[in-house]
Amino acid sequence: MCGAIKGGPSLEGVDVANEAVIQGIVTRDGQPVGNAYVRLLDRTGEFTAEVPTSATGQFRFFAGPGEWTLRTLAPKSISVDNAVTAAKGVVAEVAVAV
Amino acid sequence: MSRESALVTADWVEEHLNDSSVVLVEVDEDTEAYDKGHIPGAIKLDWKGDLQDGVRHDFVSKDKLEALLSAKGIGNDDTVVFYGGNNNWFAAYAYWYLKYYGHDNLRLLDGGRKKWELDSRELTTEVSDRPATTYVAKDADESIRAFRDEVIASIGTKNLIDVRSPDEYAGRLLAPAHLPQEQAQIGGHIPTAGNVPWSKAANDDGTFRSDEELKALYADAGLDDAKDTIAYCRIGERSSHTWFVLKEILGHENVKNYDGSWTEYGALRAVPVALGDEPGVA
Repeated sequence: MCGAIKGGPSLEGVDVANEAVIQGIVTRDGQPVGNAYVRLLDRTGEFTAEVPTSATGQFRFFAGPGEWTLRTLAPKSISVDNAVTAAKGVVAEVAVAV
Repeated sequence: MSRESALVTADWVEEHLNDSSVVLVEVDEDTEAYDKGHIPGAIKLDWKGDLQDGVRHDFVSKDKLEALLSAKGIGNDDTVVFYGGNNNWFAAYAYWYLKYYGHDNLRLLDGGRKKWELDSRELTTEVSDRPATTYVAKDADESIRAFRDEVIASIGTKNLIDVRSPDEYAGRLLAPAHLPQEQAQIGGHIPTAGNVPWSKAANDDGTFRSDEELKALYADAGLDDAKDTIAYCRIGERSSHTWFVLKEILGHENVKNYDGSWTEYGALRAVPVALGDEPGVA
């Protein structure tokens, strides 16, 4: 898998105007990690959702407006937290390095 | 029931990969996950294609279940070990469903697919085939399944547990956040239901928390042991996870899963609904 892909998965078919999308890509040493798990924690730190990354290391959530934390677990890595702000009609892109 | 009778570890599964009386079954929300790689020897059940009626809004009948399990090579005496993605949500749903039809030897793989992957254990794309059996299901055990009329009558009287995330409970989100938020049902929760997100029962790697932690979790949430309990979520799979914790790990007696859950309740006319972070009143 080459490391040329930037950002989250294609937004084709996604109703971006009515969703608060958080998406991105998980990489290790610049290469996508296809067997990671990304979880979305709410403003109090409570679990809201979790997705496995795609073969190209990508992930996506449909959140609500506000402050969120992404917690990424990958084999042979400690978990990594990334803060992100979501807003309706906006696609928040997050690059996660593990 | 107890942790020992309901759960197996990843090490146990590795030790039993060649045991023909143990059937590993993967069940995922992402029904293609199995095809991309699964535990060697595991077979696949499609929670939608195999386990739902397809016409009625219900899961498959006893007859269809018997035909399905027979074709999949699952025998009445086999030990069925379910595992899957989403921290075992759909695996717990399948466990609950086979329990409903009276299968005796059921287990969940603690941590499910995620722990297996995070441990970098072996996955294969080789599809397993088991010789067909003649499976005979028992009559449905209605003591573990709640329907809407019972749920409505339970408001203010039984333990109602909403196991969705706090934002779904409060009505700020209409679905778990890996799914688009456009939904037919309204937001909110069943009045008097407490919110104990399923995720509080699991560690980050998907394994269940210790018995002591689980007991404290539900005690702190005000679960009254003297009352019957009904768990619900959006479509009944996360609440299967909590049903599993209460009934199969902690051994509570009267625990039901409301599989209609919020997609049904939130679409009903003229039933009470509470919005916000508080349980609300009957």
